[in-house]
Amino acid sequence: MSGLRVRATGPLALVEDLGRRGLAGVGVGRSGAADRGALRLANRLLGNPEGAAAVEVLLGGLEVEALADLDVVVTGAPAPVLLDGRPVGSHARTRVAAGSRLTLGVPGTGLRSYLAVRGGLDVPPVLGSASHDVLAGLGRAPLAAGDLLEVGEPAGPLPATHAAPPPGDDGRDVVLRAVLGPHEDRVVDVAPLATGWWEVSERSNRVGARLQGEGLVATDDEQLPSEGTWRGAVQVPPGGEPVLFLADHPVTGGYPVVAVVVDADVDRAAQLRPGQRVRLRWVTA
Amino acid sequence: MRVRAYGDRAVLVELATTQEAVDWAAGLETLLGSAAGAGGAEQLEQVVPAARSVLVVARDGVPVVEVRRLLDRVEPRPAAASDEGDVLEVPTVYDGEDLADVASLTGLTEEQVVAAHTGQTWRVAFAGFAPGFGYLLGEDDRLHVPRRDEPRTRVPEGSVGLAGAYSGVYPTASPGGWQLLGRTDLVLWDVDRDPPALLRPGVRVRFVDVGGAAGGGGA
Repeated sequence: MSGLRVRATGPLALVEDLGRRGLAGVGVGRSGAADRGALRLANRLLGNPEGAAAVEVLLGGLEVEALADLDVVVTGAPAPVLLDGRPVGSHARTRVAAGSRLTLGVPGTGLRSYLAVRGGLDVPPVLGSASHDVLAGLGRAPLAAGDLLEVGEPAGPLPATHAAPPPGDDGRDVVLRAVLGPHEDRVVDVAPLATGWWEVSERSNRVGARLQGEGLVATDDEQLPSEGTWRGAVQVPPGGEPVLFLADHPVTGGYPVVAVVVDADVDRAAQLRPGQRVRLRWVTA
Repeated sequence: MRVRAYGDRAVLVELATTQEAVDWAAGLETLLGSAAGAGGAEQLEQVVPAARSVLVVARDGVPVVEVRRLLDRVEPRPAAASDEGDVLEVPTVYDGEDLADVASLTGLTEEQVVAAHTGQTWRVAFAGFAPGFGYLLGEDDRLHVPRRDEPRTRVPEGSVGLAGAYSGVYPTASPGGWQLLGRTDLVLWDVDRDPPALLRPGVRVRFVDVGGAAGGGGA
């Protein structure tokens, strides 16, 4: 059988693809890889459809054993990759022989690495996607040691390109482009989001990155009616600590959205580590 | 109607009432399904109706200005007459912890609260909060109550509640701030069922009082 046996998982390892479409009407969000670009890149380097399912690995620690000869790629946060203890590096296609073990160390920068395999992970979809949504509780449970991950059939030829440059973020302060949100007038002053630095909180997850800083003050405490939300929205709950919504954000929310990070920068937001500093830079939509 | 920027992939269409939002979302759906809206469906990633707005998200690579152009052509479609189609019956035990509070907030007796809740047809206006959670809009406003000041950390699955203009049923156990009237055994959300959600936008609902004895007596 073609597949991978999970030997260790690190803090959290989840199966993700590009998520579920068009189910907001029943309260189900998109979910999918937190860093969509990294998932797409890994799949392209393997000749997979770009949304094929892969493992999203939080801060390394994943170890898998190949049950057949397989081609794999690790992208996203640049983690040290070891094949039977020998470094092979990330962002490059690697041939793994049956019985060999592949291990992801803790990345020097970033948060989430992606282990993709040629043919994609063959995980039964739930509502059209293999993704685990931590908020909705949908999709395959977080991986555990001993799990078997089956691998699908290759969809096309291997591409000529076998490697790509790793992401350029150096782990220091990050500036994200954003558009003023529909409720920017619901805080006394939205400017500090772009003029001050905000520290990413430990209480961040796939739902959102919580930002600690000077705090934003609501203009009044009248409840807003519930409205649709989307990845990249910066919502300000009553405590004043903004939440930047990521892959598993709620479908609707009732707190003011004062900014929305542009789509191209949301993947970088999903790689922000707790303790790292971030601010916004205003652009027009 | 007012269209606000929502990042570079979406626009938020604000409307005056939930009914207007429902009608506008229905109009968008009609447009997408018609020749005049040809190609529009491929431009959209997601349409999220909510209390007084509809969030419209463009697909990857579709400029949001294209979406704005499409929205200009939407003609709101008033919801169908309330006497058409089937009505989903929700058998409910009215022994909720907030029944007495709802009675005092509304100036009704507990019996009158139950009578008002079972005596009107509700309609799912939109979904959100959790998979399978529908916001139900009723026909009269006697049961409009605020959310609880202190949300509960755990509301059991099947709890029937009220908040603002809405009624709703918790499809799974979760934290929540709605005023609880009672509970139902009806399974509202099951991913192995097609469709998984019983409460989908447009579905009409009647709550049926099946007596309080099962829970050991009312409020």
